[in-house]
Amino acid sequence: MQVLHRPAMFRYFLPAILFSVLAGFLVVGLYKDPTAVSSPLVGKPVPQFSLPRLWDNEAMFSEREFPGEVSLLNVWATWCLACRQEHPVLSELSRQAVTIYGLNYKDDVSEARQYLTEHGDPYAASAVDKSGRVGIEWGVYGVPETFVIDKTGVIRHKHIGVLTQEDVEETLLPLIRKLQDEAA
Amino acid sequence: MIPEIGHFALIIALCLALVQTIVPILGAQTHTVQWMAVAKPAARGQFLFVAISYVCLTYSFLNSDFSVLYVANNSNTALPTYYKVSAVWGAHEGSLLLWALVLGVWTFAVTMFSRSLPDEMVARVLGVMGFVSVGFFLFMLLTSNPFERIFPSPAEGRDLNPLLQDPGLVIHPPMLYMGYVGFSVAFAFAIAALLGGKLDSVWARWSRPWVIFAWVFLTLGITLGSWWAYHELGWGGWWFWDPVENASFMPWLVGTALIHSLAVTDKRSSFKSWTVLLAIFTFSLSLLGTFLVRSGVLVSVHAFATDPARGLYILIFLAVVIGGSLLLYALRAPHIKSSGQFELFSRETALLVNNVLLLVAMLTILVGTLYPLFVSAFDLPSLSVGKPYFDLVFSALTLPLVFVVGIGPFMRWKKAAMNKVLRRLVKVAVIGIAVGLALPFMVAGKTTILVTLGVTLGGWSIASAVYYLLRNVFPAESGAAVMHRLGKIPRATWGMSTAHVGIGVFVLGVTFVSAFEQVRELPMQFGQKAEMSGYVFQFEGVRDVRGPNYSSKQASVRVYRNDRPVALLLPEKRTYLVQQNPMTEAGIDTGFLRDVYVALGEQIDGNTWGMRLYYKPFVQWVWLGAMLMAFGGLLAALDRRYQLKFKREKKTVKAVMQENRLAGPS
Repeated sequence: MQVLHRPAMFRYFLPAILFSVLAGFLVVGLYKDPTAVSSPLVGKPVPQFSLPRLWDNEAMFSEREFPGEVSLLNVWATWCLACRQEHPVLSELSRQAVTIYGLNYKDDVSEARQYLTEHGDPYAASAVDKSGRVGIEWGVYGVPETFVIDKTGVIRHKHIGVLTQEDVEETLLPLIRKLQDEAA
Repeated sequence: MIPEIGHFALIIALCLALVQTIVPILGAQTHTVQWMAVAKPAARGQFLFVAISYVCLTYSFLNSDFSVLYVANNSNTALPTYYKVSAVWGAHEGSLLLWALVLGVWTFAVTMFSRSLPDEMVARVLGVMGFVSVGFFLFMLLTSNPFERIFPSPAEGRDLNPLLQDPGLVIHPPMLYMGYVGFSVAFAFAIAALLGGKLDSVWARWSRPWVIFAWVFLTLGITLGSWWAYHELGWGGWWFWDPVENASFMPWLVGTALIHSLAVTDKRSSFKSWTVLLAIFTFSLSLLGTFLVRSGVLVSVHAFATDPARGLYILIFLAVVIGGSLLLYALRAPHIKSSGQFELFSRETALLVNNVLLLVAMLTILVGTLYPLFVSAFDLPSLSVGKPYFDLVFSALTLPLVFVVGIGPFMRWKKAAMNKVLRRLVKVAVIGIAVGLALPFMVAGKTTILVTLGVTLGGWSIASAVYYLLRNVFPAESGAAVMHRLGKIPRATWGMSTAHVGIGVFVLGVTFVSAFEQVRELPMQFGQKAEMSGYVFQFEGVRDVRGPNYSSKQASVRVYRNDRPVALLLPEKRTYLVQQNPMTEAGIDTGFLRDVYVALGEQIDGNTWGMRLYYKPFVQWVWLGAMLMAFGGLLAALDRRYQLKFKREKKTVKAVMQENRLAGPS
C-alpha cells in the first residue's frame, strides 16, 4: 500500500469533519427547545378582549379579570386529545391555590360544559372563543397552550403543548411563587 | 389483540434485522459461506414481519380501534375508508412504520434481483441495509411505538389532519419514501464496496438501475407534493421552500448528480471515489431529511409533539450511519485508483461541471434550511432566509446547469472534437435563441431580459435533446428507414433525451408562470363581475355543502373569455367537524397553456366574500416537465443493457471478485 502525504489524507477526511460540524449544530439545535421560543407577547399586558363565559353567556369575560393576582390562562378544547392528557395536571394545580382561567378554543359550548362536568372543572372561569378570533390576539397557534400572567396583568411566560407534572414542578410553580412574591 | 400482534411482529422484525446485519457481514469478512447465506432468508423474513406489523396497524385504523393511541389521534369513525388506509402514515409513528416497510420492500427486491451478484457483495449489501432497518425498528420500539394503547379509550378519534385529506396526499408520502429509501440500495452497494476494500467499476454498474428507479420515485413524490400544495393550500404557489420540501429536494439534487457520476464510473472507470462519496451523500441527505422533519429541530406549525428524546435518537443514528460511512470512506478512498484519463474538452468534464453545480445547489439549500439553527446556536439576531434567497440563488445555479445539459450529450468520452461539437451546438443555439425571442411575445406580448434568458435556455435544452436523439435518423430515404433507425436507438438514450426535454419544459413553465402570472384580491358581491387578463369572473353565489366529515361553503364562479363561457369554478372553504380546521379547496380550470384559479376567502358580510383570482400561464408545464424527467428515468432504468448484463456478467463478475479476494488487502 502506498503511503500518502498528510495533506492528501486530510482531503479524504474532509467530508467526515464537515459532517461532525453539522452534527454539532444539530445537537445544539435539538437542545434549544423550539417551543421555548419566546412569544412576542411575553412581557406585554394581556391583549384586550371580551368573550362570553362558558357557564353564563350573559356575563362577559375580559382582560380586566387578570390584574390583582397571579393567574394562568389555559387554551383548551374538547376535541383536543392532548388537553385530556393535561387535564389532571391542571386540576391538581388549581387545588394548589393558583387561579386558572380557560380559553375554550373553537369548541362546541354544550360539549365543553359536559366535558367539564364529567372530568371536573379546574377553571375559575372559561371564556368561549368560538371563532378563534381572540386566540389570534393571543398568538395561539395550537392547542393546548398555557400563559402565566402576573399581578399587574402582564404575560410573563408561555408554554406550548401538553403541560406535564414535570413542567409544572420545574417551571410553572417556581415562576408562580416568584411572581406571587413580587409587589403588585 | 391485533395491535399486540403488530407490536410483536415489529420486535421479531428487529431481531431478524439484527441477524441480517451481523451474520452476513461477519461471514463476508471471514469468507464463511454458510454465514453469508443467512443474508437472503433473514432479509425476506424481516420484510414479512414488518409487512405483518403494517397490516395490523392498517386493520386497527379500518376498525377504528381508538384504544390504540395513534389511531385515536389520527382517525375518526366518520373518516372515509380510503383516508383511513392513508391515515396510517398521517403522523409520526405510522410514517416511520411506512419507512421501515418501504425499506423492507427494497431489501426484498435486492434479494430477488441479485442472483447473479457475487455472494460476498450480496451479504454485505443486505447487511448494510439490515443495519439501517435495525435503526428504524429500534427508533419505533424505543420512542415512537405506533401500537401504544390508551386506557380508557376515547369514544371518538381526533380525526386525520384535514390538510392530509386529499387524494394527492394519499400517494405522495409512499412515493417519496420509495425514493428516499431506495437510495439506501446505492448506499449499501457503496459501503459494501468500501468494506470489501476493492472498488472497481462493477459496483457502479450494479447500482445504476437501482439509483435511477429510486430517483424516479423521488421525482414523482416531489411532483405530487408540489401539485398538492398548489391545489390544497389556496395560495396559488407550487413550491414554498419549506424545510420539509427542501428535505426532499436535497437528496433529489445529489441523486441526480449520482446518476450522472455513476455513468462515468461505469463507462470510464473514473470519478470512483467521488461516486462513492455521492452515494453516501444521497442517502445521508435522505436520513437528514427524516431527522429534520421528525425531530422538530426546525419549527414548523405542524411539528407539535416535539420530543427531544426522538430527536436525540435520530441524531445518534445519523452520527453512526453517516459519520461511520464517511470515516470508512476516509480510510479506504485514498487507495482507490481511478484509471480513466480525460481531456478538458470531454464528456467527463461536462459531467463534472454538472456534478459541481448540483452539489453547490444542494449546499445552498442546506445552508438556507439550517440557517435558523446556526442563528440560534450563535444567538445571532434572527433573519429570515426565505423564498427570495432561495429563488435568487437557485435560479443563478440552475441557468448554467441547463446550459451544460444542452452540451453534455454531444461531447464524447475522453476527448471531444471541438469543431464538430460546436457545429452542432450552433444549430441548437439558433433554435434556442429564436424560441427565446419569439415565444414570450406570443404568450404575453412582452418580455424582459430574464424571461428571454429563461425561455432561450428552455428552448436550448429541448432542441439539444431532440437533435441528439434524431441526429442519425435524418435525412432518411423512406418512412420505413426512419422507423428502423428510431427502433435502433437504445432505451437509455430515449430516457436521457426525454429527461432533458423535461428540464426544458420545466424551465419554460417556471419562467412564464413567475414572470406573467396575474393575481387579484378583491371583495365580490353575489352577481358581481371582475376582469383580469382577458378573463371575466362572475361570482354567482355561495351554497352550503356537506361532505362525509366536513361542512363546506362552496362558491360558484363562472369564467368567460370574449363573452363565451370557459369554465365553472367551485372553490370551497371547508370546516372539518372534528378538528374544526378551515381548509381551502381552490377552484381551478386547468389548461395546457394556462390555469385559471380561484380561491374563496373570508365572508365579509351577507353577500360579500373575499376572493382571490389568479391567471397562471404555463403552470402545468412545471409538473409536465417533472413527469417527463421521471418518465425518462424509467426508460433509462429499463434499458436492455442492464438486463443482458445481469445474465452475461454473472460469470465474469464472480471471476473478477475471486481474483480480487486473492489479491485483496485482507
